[in-house]
Amino acid sequence: MQYLVSVIDDRTASGTDEEMAAIDVFNDRLRAGGHWVFAGGLASPGTATVVDSRGDGAPVVTDGPFVETKEHVAGLWVWEAADLDEALALAVDGSKACHRKLEVRPFL
Amino acid sequence: MSPADVTEAIVRAHHDEWARVVASLTRRFGDLDVAEDAAAEAFATAVERWPADGVPPNPGGWLTTTANRRAIDRLRRESKRGEKQRAALMWQDDDPAPAPGPVDDERLRLIFTCCHPALAPETRVALTLRMVGGLTVPEIARAFLVQETAMGQRITRAKAKIRAARIPYRVPAAGDLPARVSGVLAVLFLVFNEGYLATGPGTDPVRADLTAEAIRLARLVRTLLPEDGEAAGLLALMLLTEARRPARVAASGELVPLDRQDRSAWDGALVAEGHRLVRERLASGVAPGRYQVLAAINAVHTSAPDARDTDWSQVVALYDQLVRLDPSPVVALNRAVAVAELDGPEVALATVDRLGDALARYHAFHATRAELLRRLGRDPEARAAYDEALALAGNTAETAYLTRRRDELG
Repeated sequence: MQYLVSVIDDRTASGTDEEMAAIDVFNDRLRAGGHWVFAGGLASPGTATVVDSRGDGAPVVTDGPFVETKEHVAGLWVWEAADLDEALALAVDGSKACHRKLEVRPFL
Repeated sequence: MSPADVTEAIVRAHHDEWARVVASLTRRFGDLDVAEDAAAEAFATAVERWPADGVPPNPGGWLTTTANRRAIDRLRRESKRGEKQRAALMWQDDDPAPAPGPVDDERLRLIFTCCHPALAPETRVALTLRMVGGLTVPEIARAFLVQETAMGQRITRAKAKIRAARIPYRVPAAGDLPARVSGVLAVLFLVFNEGYLATGPGTDPVRADLTAEAIRLARLVRTLLPEDGEAAGLLALMLLTEARRPARVAASGELVPLDRQDRSAWDGALVAEGHRLVRERLASGVAPGRYQVLAAINAVHTSAPDARDTDWSQVVALYDQLVRLDPSPVVALNRAVAVAELDGPEVALATVDRLGDALARYHAFHATRAELLRRLGRDPEARAAYDEALALAGNTAETAYLTRRRDELG
């Protein structure tokens, strides 16, 4: 079972060295436990571009995120876990490590 | 067997076997939705067949077998459910074989799944009443004054989340058990309180169907977790509260406060059972949790043949203990009510007034202030406090009582 774990932040480029070190330790634990699938940090929402080519005309390219929110996704993990309890237990430690709220969402 | 006997047998089977059938099917098919539908179909078949064929010697076994057949039929019919079946098998495979002991009763797994912290609290309540209690969606909707379709959607969404996010169907690991049990007990207490202090202008002041259901579920949890002190404490608290129900609302529909209740109308059997549980917990020597202390406070009240005989110093001592476990303003307010009996209304009022910031929106805060001000002869202030309490109270019996108390002031 795979879960998308989004890191929720309300500031950009706010990570500290201590947080990065804690995340490295946590990531090692994910790998050792067989939970690691993918991880990545994201640039600020202001760097996003939205493309919409559903219409018949020329594709519409728009600067900025598709929805402006106070909080945004600052990074993500994909974890392998047996069930939600296992994923939530990991998220408790992950949230502590990166000092951010996490959203845990199952893949279909 | 008379038709009435058959009907009674079906009602009894529904009470005794519903949760067991749903739990056993959930384990086998790995899907609450399949289990719920098949269980409902099995009971519908019983209603059809038992009057003609007679009640089977083992109703629970008959219902489980019938429900199993229904579930298999459904899964075969819906070929696209093949995926679900495979998922169900996977789900079973990583589940270790259950160890013997009461904790592995399948109903307990069902309760923990329905009360999972990843579900919203009101969803936990609805799902527990449906899956464990066997109440129908319309019954649950009525109980919580929600539209039937909205309640149906809430339960459907919960089942979809359990399936998609793979909320596990098992008793939590020992390390997580205390927190998860306390979550389960909180759900049962919510059900009980909604029955005991029903809100809404068109509602009965006491919903005996809900208090009875909460007690039935609390008895089940207590049976399944015999070592858990708080499960015993919550059951005792419910029993000692429910025991006073016959004396709590006057024929006029008005709430009767504890000190004016006709104590001979209390249910002696429930009082005795509650006291037995409280004594059992005291004898255990294990430090009590919140529900056990609340039960002990209720035991002191129900031990007094007359309100004047109440051992208030004992009540205050227990509230002191409760404050250490739960330093919330509501507990402080209730403690102040006991302090008024021991040290007088002036001392109590000083404490209550300090809680004003935190409890300004809580009707009981204003009602308590009103009673204390009244005892101190400060009538105009008491009247204003009754008004504030009335503006916030939602229970019809309480509103009637507060209105009369205010109007007595002239």
